[in-house]
Amino acid sequence: MTDIIADTSKSRSELAIIIAGVARDPLGLIGLIIVGSIVFSAIFASWIVPYDPIAMNIPDRMQGPSGTHLLGTDQLGRDTFSRVIAGGQVALKVALPAIFGAMTIGLTLGMIAGYGPKWLDNFLMLLFDTIRSFPTVMFALAVVALVGTSLQTVVFVVMATSIPTYGRVARTQTLTLRNSEFILAERAMGASMARILGVHMLPNIIGVLAVLAAMDIPTVIALEAGLSFLGLGVKPPTPSWGVLLKDGYALIRQTPWLVVGGGLPIILATLGFTFLGEILRDVVDPKLRKNR
Amino acid sequence: MTETLLEIDNLSVDYETARGDLKALRDISFDVNRGEIVGIVGESGCGKSTLISAILRLIAPNTRFRNGAIRFKGDDLLTRTEEQMRALRGGDISIVFQDPMQTHNPVITIGKQMVDIQHRVKISKAEKLATAARMLGVVGIPDPEARLKQYPHEFSGGMRQRIAIAMALMSEPDLLIADEPTTALDATLEVQIIERLKDLQRDFGCAILFISHHLGVIAELCDRVVVMYAGAVVESGTVREIFHNPKHPYTRRLIECDPGHIKTRARVLPTIPGEVPDLANLPEGCIFRERCDQAMARCAQVPPLTRLSEGHNAACWLNHAEEIA
Repeated sequence: MTDIIADTSKSRSELAIIIAGVARDPLGLIGLIIVGSIVFSAIFASWIVPYDPIAMNIPDRMQGPSGTHLLGTDQLGRDTFSRVIAGGQVALKVALPAIFGAMTIGLTLGMIAGYGPKWLDNFLMLLFDTIRSFPTVMFALAVVALVGTSLQTVVFVVMATSIPTYGRVARTQTLTLRNSEFILAERAMGASMARILGVHMLPNIIGVLAVLAAMDIPTVIALEAGLSFLGLGVKPPTPSWGVLLKDGYALIRQTPWLVVGGGLPIILATLGFTFLGEILRDVVDPKLRKNR
Repeated sequence: MTETLLEIDNLSVDYETARGDLKALRDISFDVNRGEIVGIVGESGCGKSTLISAILRLIAPNTRFRNGAIRFKGDDLLTRTEEQMRALRGGDISIVFQDPMQTHNPVITIGKQMVDIQHRVKISKAEKLATAARMLGVVGIPDPEARLKQYPHEFSGGMRQRIAIAMALMSEPDLLIADEPTTALDATLEVQIIERLKDLQRDFGCAILFISHHLGVIAELCDRVVVMYAGAVVESGTVREIFHNPKHPYTRRLIECDPGHIKTRARVLPTIPGEVPDLANLPEGCIFRERCDQAMARCAQVPPLTRLSEGHNAACWLNHAEEIA
């Protein structure tokens, strides 16, 4: 009997347990399906798209949805559905590295601020507050004026402005944990600082940050769309959801389908990642997991 | 032949505060011999916790060692570097804390934690897991292999405390510090843990420094007792001497206040009137004077901790009766 229990828990990794836990909740399942299909379509974009997303076809311009063009075409006759799929690729290319980078750097700095000496804490907090005091769009304008528009610029701007959020959360968690009894117990049993931070504090903090990251991805996607909408994001031929919205906005009286094509994926992605984050919050904590 | 393992010699520790120096420990002296169980008893705020953190040197930043030495195997711990201290913690000296619900990392399985704690041992992970399972068996956790895969919240309080004991004994320490390990548990579990500690002490041969405010537990478990009051040792001696022949009024009152000792039904439980003096602003003379019903003129001077008989010391002028002029 106990052998069976032992075997199943051995073969199932932590990640598998978390995914299974998320899928058990209806909202989590919806989130998982949406996020899954966005990621899937982004990875296999070149096989999915029916047309080249940047190939112009002037005679077929500004068409409504039909069998040949699922979401119609834009003012240059490009297939909107293909552009939506390719735009998802751009969105994830910005969101994932930016969030991952911001989370890693924020986590490291936050833990150092929380566990290190007071002066370092003060210095890092000052740095975080300074970055946060810049309005993101203004900061983006300045950087774009300096180095020009590109995907990397957007990633950099998003990452730099998100670091303080993760840093502050990681710092608060570290501060709470450093005075907890089990960390004192670890110190009393001779654990080094690296061991305390890496082995004991990290697993307690990472869950919270993962939830924050999942909830943050739609914000970043919207930010990238916003920057592209203002013409500060990705360069024009590259399809992005923001670019689609911008083109659609100009042509809303002639063909409303472009706005739908650019807006709907943003809404869906936001919903999907938010649902996922909500459920993830309950699932990553082993204490709450049991009760579900 | 008894060999001294831990020797606390005239230790004085202050906390620097805005109100001035808080004299948390004053001239503490006592020994722990190899393989012996020594109990430290006293009410809250008497300096028990400061003493533990001083031994392990896990101290708050405002702690100041004013005087004295803590010798472990003849080696003064206060002069050791932080690196050397770290090697000692969880090595030769281990500790079990008061609240078993808080001492384990809530998001890591017990097995992982028990493997991690063996970070000094150079053996494979599988061997470490086997050691962990064996130790869980030793402290009486049924089905240890399966239990290693569970998280702390899946264990009861008594089990968690036994796991904490298993982890503390894993390094086969010479000295185990038990900081009120049974206070957070109910009475039946308390007996279980005490019995377990007794057995383990016999098997592992380590010395135990057992801190408690529960006199019954101390009487049951310990060989010798140190009674502390407001940061000073007021009496120390063998369990038999302290409980049958207490020589300090504080010890006497403490024993009278123990509910386990009260034979007749009382309307009001006995207490010691008054409060522990303010350690930042110590009164003149004997620290217990203001609460003592036998205080006299002589108590305006601090009584020395004097030897009354073999292994029995007390700091009270009452034991110097014949000297009073």
